[in-house]
Amino acid sequence: MGVMLRLPTILADVVEGRRALEVEPTPATVGAMFDALAVSHPALERRVRDEKGDLRRFVNVYVGDHDVRHLEGQATALADDAEVWILPSVAGG
Amino acid sequence: MTHVVAVGTRKGLWLLRSHDRRTWAADGPHFAMQEVASVAFDTRGDTPRIIVGVMSWHWGPTIAWTDDLGGTWHETENRAIAFPQDTDASLGRVWQIQPDTADRPGVIWAGCEPTSLWRSGDGGESFVLVRGLWDHPHRKQWAPGFGGAAVHTIVPDPESSKVTVAMSTGGVYVSDDGATGWTPRNRGISAKFFPDPYPEFGQCVHKVAVDASSPSVMYAQNHHGVYRTDDGGLQWVSIADGLPSDFGFFVLASPNTPGTAWVMPLVADGERFPVGGRMRVHRTRDGGGTWTELGPGLPDEAWTVVLRDAACVDAAEPTGVYLGTRDGCVYASADEGDTYSLLVDHLPDVLSVRAVEV
Repeated sequence: MGVMLRLPTILADVVEGRRALEVEPTPATVGAMFDALAVSHPALERRVRDEKGDLRRFVNVYVGDHDVRHLEGQATALADDAEVWILPSVAGG
Repeated sequence: MTHVVAVGTRKGLWLLRSHDRRTWAADGPHFAMQEVASVAFDTRGDTPRIIVGVMSWHWGPTIAWTDDLGGTWHETENRAIAFPQDTDASLGRVWQIQPDTADRPGVIWAGCEPTSLWRSGDGGESFVLVRGLWDHPHRKQWAPGFGGAAVHTIVPDPESSKVTVAMSTGGVYVSDDGATGWTPRNRGISAKFFPDPYPEFGQCVHKVAVDASSPSVMYAQNHHGVYRTDDGGLQWVSIADGLPSDFGFFVLASPNTPGTAWVMPLVADGERFPVGGRMRVHRTRDGGGTWTELGPGLPDEAWTVVLRDAACVDAAEPTGVYLGTRDGCVYASADEGDTYSLLVDHLPDVLSVRAVEV
């Protein structure tokens, strides 16, 4: 079992054009999912988190319909078959 | 031969090409919507490499490079620059990329925010933090200037293992042992925002440039004050007499002609406009003893500025001078600054400009 990670178009280039990645086995938390991606897809992970492991300021991560910043952050638990979305927030001029 | 000018802006990079430095073709944007605060040409190898410090407001900062003048760009899969875990810091922006001298191929320096110096031994594909500067006991007293806290100037010495850096704020620091130990070298440079206007360190030096005569002869455009040193920074002396103002961002020095340097005075710290709203460059031919205002081709009624790394010279004869403005124009002179022409306009704010002949 695993979780499905949904990506915005702008990040597809760093994962061979894909808009979704299945992360297996199911990571315990959002942070554990990014730890796994730091090994398997480092060019993706470094765009989402800085080297301290913090989510970048203008990146939003949703589990289902919920922004993890309003849940437990990267400690938010993941269930089998969860859908995780990475979305750029509104920023720029 | 082709002249190439790299123009880094707040929303991407443009590459301008010319065979005669009169007519130019622009290619861009590369890295659309990403800040390109730093750019460098490394011409020491068989193939010229362009290295850029890019930052996406969403996806963070990194280094990228091209070995075919922008045809294809590459990034290190992992982080090219990453603060070690014990520093509790994260990379904010790459402010400066500086290839080392010809006899140290592959060595590239990077100055970053937060204030840090990095060394690459593989042509800029990966960097290691220079711990001697990061762990310096003065660090906690280096405060951010308006644009952030960063090493913005790196001057490797071609004749020794000496390295000079400048930071805002903090001032000028020199290492005589290949970037291990660091000593402040600010004597004579003012810091009028402190009770003691001549502290050992803490100055807001905006840019340093090396004279063609010797690596020990340098110019500094300070946050109020224009200076020259003849002894590698042990003592700085004012060369601001004859300028309409001593405030500005950049200073350039000719790579070919000793004593020749350029600045662009702005009214003051609290009034960052060209003096009289006229964009003018001032040139010295005698190491700062006297200055001449140069303006043909530069605009009147110009309320814009040229930031510290948005100006450069090339290595051609006569020296070319390139100026990128915050309102998206690039002006260039092919006659050492006597006259200027507009290369391109309506770009985003220009942050970095570098020129080379390949």
